[in-house]
Amino acid sequence: MSTDQTHLTDFVQIRHAQKAFGQLEVLKDISLNVARGQIVAIIGPSGSGKSTLLRAINDLDPLTGGEIWLDGTQVNKSLPHRQYEKHINQMRQEIGMVFQHFNLFPHMTARENVTMAPKMLKGLSNEAADALAEEQLQKVGMLERIDYYPSQLSGGQKQRVAIARALAMKPKLMLFDEATSALDPELVDEVNQVMKKLAEEQMTMIIVTHEMDFAAAVCDRVLFMDQGVVVEEGPPEVIFKRPEKERTRAFLRKHLENAP
Amino acid sequence: MGLDFTIIPGYLDIILLGCLWTIAITAAAALLSFFGGILFAVMALYAPAVIRWPFKVIEFVFMGTPLLLQLFLIYFGLVQIGIDLPAFVAGVIGLGLHFAVYNSELIQTAILSVDKGQMEAARTLGLSRGQALRKVVVPQAVRAVIPPIGNNMIALLKDSALVSVIGVSELTLSAQRAIGATYRPFEFYLLAAAFYYVINLGMEWVQRRIERRISLSR
Ligand SMILES: Nc1ncnc2c1ncn2[C@@H]1O[C@H](COP(=O)(O)OP(=O)(O)O)[C@@H](O)[C@H]1O
Ligand SMILES: [Mg+2]
Repeated sequence: MSTDQTHLTDFVQIRHAQKAFGQLEVLKDISLNVARGQIVAIIGPSGSGKSTLLRAINDLDPLTGGEIWLDGTQVNKSLPHRQYEKHINQMRQEIGMVFQHFNLFPHMTARENVTMAPKMLKGLSNEAADALAEEQLQKVGMLERIDYYPSQLSGGQKQRVAIARALAMKPKLMLFDEATSALDPELVDEVNQVMKKLAEEQMTMIIVTHEMDFAAAVCDRVLFMDQGVVVEEGPPEVIFKRPEKERTRAFLRKHLENAP
Repeated sequence: MGLDFTIIPGYLDIILLGCLWTIAITAAAALLSFFGGILFAVMALYAPAVIRWPFKVIEFVFMGTPLLLQLFLIYFGLVQIGIDLPAFVAGVIGLGLHFAVYNSELIQTAILSVDKGQMEAARTLGLSRGQALRKVVVPQAVRAVIPPIGNNMIALLKDSALVSVIGVSELTLSAQRAIGATYRPFEFYLLAAAFYYVINLGMEWVQRRIERRISLSR
């Protein structure tokens, strides 16, 4: 029972994460545990280090101190260069990431965007890959556009394909970095709906967002970050309704309609 | 002695054969320059120094010296060290490498201007850097420079006349041979020019088709 509990809370662990770009300390000793199936929102002003933290989790921005663990394996463990490359490529297959600007591959159709990595890294046959593309694009409501190029899709549609692309690797963890910030307001909801669906399917997610309503509705926990530290964290009811820290309240006054 | 185009039909067969050789050598050299250009570009940007330096030397030689000299070197020079290439092969290698270097310059710039989010997205899925370059970055870079590469290929067609000096019976040399037999330079050089123009039109047509095919995927 107790071991089960530990295992659950151990699913994603960020231990004393530190990151500096030269002299600039962007992450100052951040620790965070996420249980399997949990959904954590990270909010905070621009430049507070939210993207850097997400990008550290899959080692796009390697930490300068601290450890990242996923499901019992250290992501950023120290290994000789070649071994590390193999290790990190393996780990990244298990960590899906969705970017603010989609970063779809423009020279590939939606289908090819989704199947490229599974074919290449998991040796899927053409038939299996097509079935996978249909399954994943169906899930994000993009099946009718399966053979469209990104240039033929709206922003919301691109982002949904990008989510399908990440899901196709069957990740254990999904990272969203302001997935709806670049979208026209009327296209935000279709992407939020997809993320809600993932939440219902118990996908473990860490979501950097500016949308407080969405965070309140979907997330189990909210972290408020400022200047490279976690100022305050807790369930959305607490963070949004009765935050303890003045910095949190000041931030929320700017971003919430009826702030505490 | 006025112009007399009625003598052309008697030599049309060798001129047409010359056209075929011109098309063949242009096509082969264009392919070599395209794939060689990609290879050179990737080497120039990413290969370790030991591999990069020989490529730099090739690049320097092929950009900094006349194509004519390069053809002489490959065809006549290499014989001395025991490499006796047929004229056609020497011509393809000379033209192909020469233009590969120019294509490589274009492709290098294009690779560097592919949005870095593309590499990141590919790495995030678990691709290695090499895999991401091959599947994601390089294909986009090449698409971006298809029009200027097309211009290089037109230049290649025109420069293919130079391989006449090493004895490839392409269009220019065929015209010269017809002139040798008839003493009618004006007629046959004009005819050759007309055929170059037609081949040129054909190449532009191919280029437009390629551009249309990739227009959605950019
Ligand atoms: N590659 C980088 N090099 C130097 N500084 C960076 C780099 N990436 C981010 N930063 C800096 O780190 C800080 C945090 O950035 P970021 O994590 O993007 O913040 P957020 O996502 O919360 O807006 C900012 O001051 C930013 O300028
Ligand atoms: Mg950010």
